[in-house]
This record gives sequence, structure tokens and C-alpha cells, in this order.
Amino acid sequence: MAQRELSIVLSGFGGQGLLFAGKVIAQAGLLEERYVSWLPSYGPEMRGGTASCSVVLSDDPVGSPLVTTPNVLIAMNQPSVDKFIDTVSEGGLVLVDSSMVQDMPARDGVTICEVPATKLADENGFKTLANIILTGKLFAETEFCDKQTLLDAVAKCVPPKKQELLEPNLKALELGMQQ
Amino acid sequence: MAEKVLMKGNEALAAAAVRAGCRFYFGYPITPQTELAAYMSKVMPKVGGTFLQAESEISAINMLYGAAAAGARAMTSSSSPGISLKGEGISYMAGADLPGVIVNVERGGPGLGSIQPSQQDYWQATRAMGHGDFFMIVYAPNTVQEMADMVFTAFEKADEYLTPVMILADGLLGQMMEPVELPDEIGELPEKPWATNGHKNQREHNIANSLYLQSDELEAKLLERAKRYEAIVEKEQLSEGFMLEDAEIVLVAFGASSRIARSAVVKAREEGIKAGLLRPITLWPFPEKALAETLSTAKAYLSVEMNMGQMVDDVRLVVEGRAPVEHFGRTGGIIPTPDEVLCAIRSLNEKVGE
Repeated sequence: MAQRELSIVLSGFGGQGLLFAGKVIAQAGLLEERYVSWLPSYGPEMRGGTASCSVVLSDDPVGSPLVTTPNVLIAMNQPSVDKFIDTVSEGGLVLVDSSMVQDMPARDGVTICEVPATKLADENGFKTLANIILTGKLFAETEFCDKQTLLDAVAKCVPPKKQELLEPNLKALELGMQQ
Repeated sequence: MAEKVLMKGNEALAAAAVRAGCRFYFGYPITPQTELAAYMSKVMPKVGGTFLQAESEISAINMLYGAAAAGARAMTSSSSPGISLKGEGISYMAGADLPGVIVNVERGGPGLGSIQPSQQDYWQATRAMGHGDFFMIVYAPNTVQEMADMVFTAFEKADEYLTPVMILADGLLGQMMEPVELPDEIGELPEKPWATNGHKNQREHNIANSLYLQSDELEAKLLERAKRYEAIVEKEQLSEGFMLEDAEIVLVAFGASSRIARSAVVKAREEGIKAGLLRPITLWPFPEKALAETLSTAKAYLSVEMNMGQMVDDVRLVVEGRAPVEHFGRTGGIIPTPDEVLCAIRSLNEKVGE
């Protein structure tokens, strides 16, 4: 069943594209005329090696854009898993880039999907798109929007001057959906 | 209708300012408002405007004074420590009756404080921005859409009342992205016959000055300005009510904390507590009339702020002891959670319940 109310924390190293992935998800919500918010961490934690952002998609106005008990965690490195796994709400979803995370802590009551996203990205010739592979996996697990909406959202988020990146992004998204 | 786009609050505010006819921006970088200045640096040259990164905040505010005196729509922005530096210049602008827009994307204080969102500058904005008897209109947006809309209103009101106007936002509103529909480009700007611009000796010289060596002249000027303040207090109070019709526990919150307070009110209602929210949109003038109307049902008030308790003073001034008024806050850059606010609502409800 489609899950439409999402409170997501995306976290990883700076440069892994978590903020961009968050923007794609928020853009999909915007295209479906829902309430959305996107909030990056810009504080000291960002200077300590992890970058994270909060994304909310809802049918109601968004209260706090800062997500403290996510129902989805997308974690792309070990510190992010360690920091956020216990904050995920009961019944929530945890998407982990298993090529970057060696020690998966135990956590009951949530669905954990381990996807070797960075490895898959390297093998398929689109380095740096592990973020989009995980976004595809998020769609496969939750169907938080129409599939076409998500494709359109990626197209909106790829800057006009970097259109050559659109095709690899769409391929990475499809690959993630098949995981 | 314009397309809705995802934008950061800082950028939406800057984009709307340009559409409101702002052609001069003076600033100095500081987290968490830097995207505002960055946007201006890209866009101003394209619209024939001026972006100037000043050597300091004090320079920037005095450039604002100059541009405003010359009749331009002009803006400066900073975050808390930088706003303190602008205080002197804002007082001079108020003393010379100059319109201009000042944006404060607040962070934790005092001193250099933290770079995280706070609402610790409420007293400064509404009471003590600088020396002398003066006020400025203060708008407190709580969405990215309002960041865009209110800067438009700020320019209009600054010109109408000849006063500096402040947008009091915070790091949360500045950094977050939400869908926003930018306002249309403004058409004609108001005439400014008082401006100190070139006129080829066609009229008397205009002077923009805040110095009055004769005390009686200064007093007369202050009394004239006070009439304008009275008009502002009468006509410009803005607020938004949420579930207030039968509210017994009335929350009062502005800006970012009002979003969290709203979530807490929804949760309290689910528990059967008759909570409601009054959100001041103008902080000065404080929405006294709307708050006074809640007295008919209110048993207690809870001022929810990201500080140690500042706006709670204004709530008490309106309530005048007719109901208990409490404060709940997190400070120093901590954003309260709806559950924390809910706990404060519950305990207040128990205290005043039959």
C-alpha cells in the first residue's frame, strides 16, 4: 500500500548527494501539490563529517520541518546509521547504503533494507548517483508518489546547464526501483 | 498564476525584494542568512541594481540610509550579531524618517552565540533596536511563502509611514525550502518628493537628517512621529488564529515556533484539551486587539518562544492579570519539539482545570 505521509531523515558524508536526493523527494511532493518541507543541517554537525537533511511530505500543513522521529531514514555512512537508527519510529523504514556501512546495529520494529548503492552505482557507470539509487528504492518500498511524478521531479532538479546528467539520474532511479 | 517553486526562505525573500522594486542591497556575510546576499549578488547586476558587499555591517546600514534618503527602495540583511551592529544606523534612519527594509535571520545569542535558529532578538526588534523614542514595524513570517510576501508588504509600509521596517525571521525559515509562488513584479513606485536626489535647482534642497539642536524642534518632531506610530498601532496589527473559538489554553507563538505550537495544539485537541493558537504576524505593533478577544474563553496563556521568555511580556501587558500567563521556550539554537510543547499545555491545563 502506498505510504504518503513521510518524515524523512537523509544522512551521509558531504558530497554523497543527500541534500539533492531530499530535494528530488520534496519536488515530487510539490508536483503533486502536497505540503512539503526540506531543511538541511547547517550547524556544527555538518562540519564534523555528516551532512543531513529533513524532508516532510504531508496532506496537512507541515509543523516543524526538523524531523526528530523519522518514519524513513536514508543513511549512507556508518556515523549516520549510528546516530539516527534509534530515532526511527516504530514500523518505520531504514534504507542503508550497505557498501558504506560495515556494522549494522540491531534495531527491532523497523524494516531495514540494505542496498549496496555505491557499489551498484560504480558497477553501472554512474558514480556519485548512489543517492538516486536509494531514492528509487524508497519509491519501490513506499510508492510515496506517482512514478511519473518522481521522474518529472528528477528532471526539474537537474540544473539546465547539466542536462547531460539527466539520463544517468533516470537510469539510477530505475535501478534503485528494481532493488 | 506563477508556478510554485521550491526555494530556500532566504532566496525567496531576496527574489521577492527585487520584485518589490528593491534595487540596492548592502550586506555582509553571516550564517544563517548568507544565501540572501548570495542571491542578490547574482541577480542585482541583471536588473540594473546594485549589490554591494560592505566592509562591515555598520557600513552597510549607513549605505542603506544613503540609498533610502536618495529615494531608492533598498535593503540590508544580517543575523543577530550583525543586526546589533546596525542598531545605531537604524536609529538614525528612524530619526530622519527614512524608509528601508532590514532583515534579521536570527541565530542564538548573546554575543556570537550559535549559528542555529533562535528568537532571542524579540526585545531588540520590538523595544530597543537603538537609542531614542522610536519603533519600527516588525513582521514575523512563518513559511517560505510569507518570507516572500512580507518583504513586499515591508517595502510598502516603509514608504507609507516613512520608517525602517524589519523582517524578523530565523535560521529555520532562512534555510528551509518550501513551495513558494513569487509575487509579480511591482509596477509604479510611489513618488518621493522628500528625497535628496538631483533636481537642477528646480526646488528647495531636501535634507535627510536626525540632528535637532533645538530641543523644542526635536520634541515637535517626535510628537509628529508619535502620531504616525499611533496610526500604525491602530491600522497595521496582523495575526492569525487557529482553533481559538472555544480555546481555554491559548498559545501565543510567532515565526518558526508557531509552526511547532500549531502541531502541539492539534495533538492537545486529540486529547480533549481545548487549546488554540494566536500567531502574531506583526510583532510591533503587537496584535493586542486579537489577543484581547481570546480573553472571553481563555483560562490560561502559554507563550511559546525560542528564547528565555520575551514576547510573554507583551502577552502579560494585554492580559493584565485576568488569566495566568506562562512561557515555554528552548533557547540558544534549540528548536522545541511538538511533544515538549504538548507537555507544557498538559501541565498548564491541569493547573487551571476545575
